[in-house]
Amino acid sequence: MIVAGCDVGSLTSKAAIMTVEGGRVRKAGSAIIRSRTKPQESALRAMQEALDAAGAAMEAVDYCVGTGYGRGKMDFVDEAVSEIKCHAKGANWLLPSARTVIDIGGQDCKAIQLDARGNVENFITNDKCASGTGRFLEVMAKVLNIDIAELSALSGKSRSPLTLASTCTVWAQADVIKHLNSGVPIEDIAAGINTAMAARVALLVNSLGLKNDVCMTGGGAKNTGLVNTLEGLIGSSIKRIRKDDPQLAGAIGAAIVAKEKAEEKAS
Amino acid sequence: MIVAGCDIGSLTGKAVIIIDDEIAAGRVMRAVANPKDTAEKVMELALADAGLSLNDIEYVVGTGYGRKQIPFVNQVESEISCHGKGAWWSSPAIRTVIDIGGQDAKAIKLDDKGNVIRYTYNDKCASGTGRFLEIMAEALDVPLEEMGDISRNAEEDIDISSQCVVFAETEIISLVNEGKAIPDILKALHRAMANRIVSLAKSIGIEKEVVITGGVAKNIGEYEALQEKLNMPLQMLKIDPQINGALGAAVMAREAVLK
Repeated sequence: MIVAGCDVGSLTSKAAIMTVEGGRVRKAGSAIIRSRTKPQESALRAMQEALDAAGAAMEAVDYCVGTGYGRGKMDFVDEAVSEIKCHAKGANWLLPSARTVIDIGGQDCKAIQLDARGNVENFITNDKCASGTGRFLEVMAKVLNIDIAELSALSGKSRSPLTLASTCTVWAQADVIKHLNSGVPIEDIAAGINTAMAARVALLVNSLGLKNDVCMTGGGAKNTGLVNTLEGLIGSSIKRIRKDDPQLAGAIGAAIVAKEKAEEKAS
Repeated sequence: MIVAGCDIGSLTGKAVIIIDDEIAAGRVMRAVANPKDTAEKVMELALADAGLSLNDIEYVVGTGYGRKQIPFVNQVESEISCHGKGAWWSSPAIRTVIDIGGQDAKAIKLDDKGNVIRYTYNDKCASGTGRFLEIMAEALDVPLEEMGDISRNAEEDIDISSQCVVFAETEIISLVNEGKAIPDILKALHRAMANRIVSLAKSIGIEKEVVITGGVAKNIGEYEALQEKLNMPLQMLKIDPQINGALGAAVMAREAVLK
């Protein structure tokens, strides 16, 4: 059986094609693209690239699940499923020991508690305030005129991280500009940005409570500086996902949900 | 009796002189290098307007962020107390002051003598402050001073779901791309901001009469949106709202002398 998941986010769109053989689920192909203005375009594009990578055609897919903020606008999916559910399933496939998932998306941040089978037990999200979401990092990287990946690398070089005066993206941005103009080394500013970001995420995670193992998904998981600072603030180590790209968690999870749905239908 | 109040903020310095029961002078100037110089200069200007010298003043109360550095004060008071007292002096029926500045918003509840009973403020989040409107004006390429007037031409009701400045900016850009009219978007923004301000004020309990102060009070669209959301009439100060804090400080100086 071939199943697919497509996760259209505000900043990036992801798709994963998975094969199911004798109960074993394997990834056959995937894609991560920058989201276009229209969610349906992003979805189609990501899906096509993932299918190409897997060497499969759309007609070969037995069941397809869509998720993410654009999930209501994909016409090729069999079903749309919530991001929380998909992220939990995806994290479970990526790291079966995960019981808490911290997902930092482009416009939101989620903390999810899950059981050994990847079912959601509890969750909390912030999608009201840009602080503590990918958007915060994006705004700050733009001010520093670097990309988000560089922000992470720079922050690792800092010897005396700056303390930003505010968590609000707007006020923090003004603060960063002020420090930049007064000649504070860029690595100290970058580290300060990661610390402010981690503090906001930790606030959310701590209000849900932690169960080990903790892992991170989404684009934020690739920011080493952020992950290290966050570990300190939540008082727990964060298991690194090595099986595949943590940014694919939503799409992989959607494909796994697709597998379960297909099996339900067949029985 | 001659008393004075001096309010030294981060951007401007203000001084008010009261002779008996009348405002004799009120001055606003841009802050100079340090709070001490700003205070001396703005007080000099107010004294010149009233035809007085510093020795004629019986009692001076200082307030504002630079209040500890004003050399000639007899007493210092918080901005909250001074804003409350100033509004009450202008209009004794005032029980709630809503002050919206460029970087913060406050709600102050007063007793019948103009003393502060409760207050709350937001300086943590740019939403619900003047900065919200500034950023939206920039994004829509509309002059800040004209936002209010333009919004009065709105024809269609739109809802803006984001409270966060950053998310609201993205939301209005999509609205523009969808072909929504600028006046309609502006009206929606004023209403979104009013929701935020009113929920802040409600946390201390809103009691009549309510007055709005601060720079945002000059935006007629925001004024009307607040009035609609509050569902009660909203007063405006008869004096320049910028000198309200210094006026309150002068009123407190007067009370100190009368004691």
